[in-house]
Amino acid sequence: MIKSELIQKLADENPHLFQRDVERIVAAVFDEIADALSRGDRVELRGFGAFSVKQRDARVGRNPRTGESVDVPEKRAPFFKTGKDLRDRMNG
Amino acid sequence: MAKTLTRADLSEAVYRAVGLSRNESADLVESILQHISNAVVAGETVKISSFGTFSVREKGARMGRNPKTGEEVPIEPRRVLVFRPSHILKDKINGA
Repeated sequence: MIKSELIQKLADENPHLFQRDVERIVAAVFDEIADALSRGDRVELRGFGAFSVKQRDARVGRNPRTGESVDVPEKRAPFFKTGKDLRDRMNG
Repeated sequence: MAKTLTRADLSEAVYRAVGLSRNESADLVESILQHISNAVVAGETVKISSFGTFSVREKGARMGRNPKTGEEVPIEPRRVLVFRPSHILKDKINGA
């Protein structure tokens, strides 16, 4: 499923909404999560999962093609942990 | 200090974006999560452009160990959900 298909499903279920409002709603949800993560906040959605940010230390990496050493600076990486209900449903 | 956002904060964002009631905004957030969940439960990949991809990975059976007792326990084959963030999301989080 891609974002446009998600928007279509929501639009079908909510015939009183304009398509462009459904698009805005979906954008608002994912933008809110992205904004929270960029501030270093967590987003916890019980039953679904939790988004958080992990700190990755600087390290010396290697170009796998040339074997050359490269300095990789420290960075932050988004992380998702699946919620218990969803994990159980996937293996139900 | 890092905060934790919940469904209520996402509903508030929807409420601010579109002129719907708070109740209806909350229902829409729930619908979005339900549609994504239903798709991954059905084994589908869910791709949200500029945000990331949720995909299902099949894990084979393996022997695990109870770290407290040292006892060997079989781990059944199972399906796990993997989230792969888009480059846009990664860049945003790193302040690019």
